[in-house]
Amino acid sequence: MDSFDLPTFWIFTTLLMVLTAATVVGQMLRRQTELGVNPAVVEQFNLRVRSWWMLTAMLAVGFLLGPSVTVALFGGLSFWALREFITLTPTRIADHRTLFWVFFVFTPLQFYLVATGQYEVYSILIPVYAFLFIPARIALAGDFKRYLERCTTIQTGLMICVYCLSYAPALQSIPLKDAQPVRLLLFFFIIVALSDAFHYACEKLLGKHLIAPAISQNKTWEGFLGGLGCASLAGMALYWASPFRAPQAAMMAALISAMGYCGGLTMSAIKRDRGVKDYGTLLVGHSGVLDRIDSICFAAPVFYHATKYLVTQGLT
Amino acid sequence: MLEAITSKTMEAVSRALLVGFARFISGASVRYINCQPDTNQRIYFANHTSHLDALVIWSLLPHDVRMLTRPVAARDYWERGRLKPYLAKHVFGAMLIDRQNIKVHQSPVDLMLREIGDRYSIIVFPEGHRNTGSEIDEFKSGLYYLAKKRPDLELVPVHIDNLNRVLPRGEFLPVPLLSCVTFGPPIWLEAGEPKVEFLKKAREAVRKLKDV
Repeated sequence: MDSFDLPTFWIFTTLLMVLTAATVVGQMLRRQTELGVNPAVVEQFNLRVRSWWMLTAMLAVGFLLGPSVTVALFGGLSFWALREFITLTPTRIADHRTLFWVFFVFTPLQFYLVATGQYEVYSILIPVYAFLFIPARIALAGDFKRYLERCTTIQTGLMICVYCLSYAPALQSIPLKDAQPVRLLLFFFIIVALSDAFHYACEKLLGKHLIAPAISQNKTWEGFLGGLGCASLAGMALYWASPFRAPQAAMMAALISAMGYCGGLTMSAIKRDRGVKDYGTLLVGHSGVLDRIDSICFAAPVFYHATKYLVTQGLT
Repeated sequence: MLEAITSKTMEAVSRALLVGFARFISGASVRYINCQPDTNQRIYFANHTSHLDALVIWSLLPHDVRMLTRPVAARDYWERGRLKPYLAKHVFGAMLIDRQNIKVHQSPVDLMLREIGDRYSIIVFPEGHRNTGSEIDEFKSGLYYLAKKRPDLELVPVHIDNLNRVLPRGEFLPVPLLSCVTFGPPIWLEAGEPKVEFLKKAREAVRKLKDV
């Protein structure tokens, strides 16, 4: 275990404080009935807060035991999210062996490559090699019914649940001057969590104009822009913990917020298409991992590349 | 003496491992609809879509119920190889039924009833074979004779969803998707109820659980 440096300590403390505050607000909303807040929305919010606590615990364990443990924990998360995704997509029996490869070869391999820092390989493993492998393997199985649809859904699941999510632990491998690798990850998580919370708050308080009424009755322009604005202010306020200058930190937070929002919207569209409301509801007893990490999946790769660009160009 | 203890420990360990494996690989969530897990004698009857069915239902039962429940399985499948006979005999106590060689005095129903005595419950698949379609096939009459000879047994319908994608027919490597197992309210054989009616009712009881 490395000793804590001071900014890492403070950013971690901030994360704990934010989560505590969110928990308190969530519980108050649950008891409060005269405010007229939809109980289902409050329940959603509370579930999300709980999953943030679990992710924070995961990060803490990873910090104590080393970066490769963090990668492994994210690997487990990916595995579970992919289970949910594939369970709800209509694959056929002929895809069985392809799915076996997806679950037991591509997923572990991706996280192994992230853990060993082989960016040149893990950045193309799924977009190129899995992309070529999956259609070939399905064709080999000899069932052409809905062929393109099956290839696409499996590839999409792998991209969102495995490839994109693996960029979150990969943030630790960006070489920063005199900073612990875990700090960038903490900055990322705190912004995603805050941005989620701000989106909720702005939607409830200001929401009027729906972005895509057919896809989601909750997502409004006010929520999107309000969340974006609040998140960038939060990013600016926390710039000391990041490798960025204050305006850069604000831009980065806005980027994370926008991508996270797109993640939620995309998942809603997929769920609408499959005729379910939550990934959790069809599978009773499961909390629906995919419902909780959609914003991370979309924000992680973009944040990774933007940060890497700024750091390697020496602009920070 | 010592040997007996180690082999008992081995069995207990393998049993725990098998239960853990079955629960993990099937990702199964369990629902009890108007039905509670109980140690009284029952016949669990389910739709059959995968080799994992019996193992998964058995693993999902609470420990004390599980120890009193024995899956009924095909002898020709479970006596092949080395691992499967060990698992079937010592670990999950399967009741192996000969599918090819049915004699008058060795009918599967009599065999089952003799083996369960007044203590054990059993898991049966009245379709008689693994079904590859989406509809449940006609039930074979064994369930009717079981109910007729032992009217005191509770007949609990069980619906298994999505397990055929975890391990489809003809595959040997499982893919860890999520499945769902639903236990429904017990049914009984009414006095004088005709066989066909009863089997139809039983099949409907399983099918209904899909949409709950």
